[in-house]
Amino acid sequence: MFKLDGKVALVTGASGGIGGAIAATLHAQGAHVVLSGTRENALQEQVKALGGERVDYVVANLSNPAEADALIAKAEEKAGAPVDILVNNAGLTRDMLALRMKDEDWDQVLNVDLSSPFRLCRAALKGMLRRRAGRIVNIASVVGATGNAGQANYSAAKAGMVGMSKSLAQEAGSRGVTVNVVAPGFIVTPMTDVLPDAQKEKLQSQIPLGRLGKPEDIAAAVLYLCSEEAGWVTGSTLHVNGGMAMI
Amino acid sequence: MSEIADKVKKIVVEHLGVEESKVTPEASFIDDLGADSLDTVELVMAFEEAFNVEIPEDAAEKIATVKDAIDYIEKQKAA
Repeated sequence: MFKLDGKVALVTGASGGIGGAIAATLHAQGAHVVLSGTRENALQEQVKALGGERVDYVVANLSNPAEADALIAKAEEKAGAPVDILVNNAGLTRDMLALRMKDEDWDQVLNVDLSSPFRLCRAALKGMLRRRAGRIVNIASVVGATGNAGQANYSAAKAGMVGMSKSLAQEAGSRGVTVNVVAPGFIVTPMTDVLPDAQKEKLQSQIPLGRLGKPEDIAAAVLYLCSEEAGWVTGSTLHVNGGMAMI
Repeated sequence: MSEIADKVKKIVVEHLGVEESKVTPEASFIDDLGADSLDTVELVMAFEEAFNVEIPEDAAEKIATVKDAIDYIEKQKAA
């Protein structure tokens, strides 16, 4: 089950905690993975960690629309085959209360977290629709459904991603291409490691499964949605949050 | 038949997987050639790429038959 032999998977934000785990999981299941990120060193390390076989990387700054538009073609050039699986994982946060949030903070988050995934979906769908096959998994967040003080921009982008994915799922369904969302809860990554222990404990107390999430928890959900076995699942959001929000 | 007409026909045959004999000028993509709305969008994009023209959305909506496509592209190429 869940084998991806012969498939090419592009994972954005692959140098981050969750993106790295997604890439490693898809690779372990047989996919040829193309890692995209902004930090070349981190990507090169990731390539090495995956053993150098069936793995390539493309440096791309997705805040630049032209780079987002070109990424699919570049990934296909590197892999020497069409992208069968697109995982839109790259994202950033600019957290602050709305009263203090500047237009730039809003625009940058919406651009990188919503517009750039759209551009990548658009470019990837072109080939997927023609080939009558493909998987797109967009990584959103639990806050897209629940909201979160200090994250008006991020939660708007992630909620937008869910609506976008449902629309794309309807457009692409007749061609056997699926578009789904994985919405992580609180995951331990280098980004969240810096939070004070007291805050982490408080978060943990709100999670029925009694622990914070691991990147691998997200990667497993992504793998399922990328697989042949998930061929009758589209437009859905898989919440992976330890039960923190049951939606 | 013009070079443009030949090329349009070829693209239609290739994209819709239909018999070449069915791709007459009067043939409607949706009613006669079995295309759905996504096919028509893909066809328009294929025409744009093959002929290096831009077909705006309002013009694309009016392209219902093979002849519509040929006429539109010929007009663009003549301009």
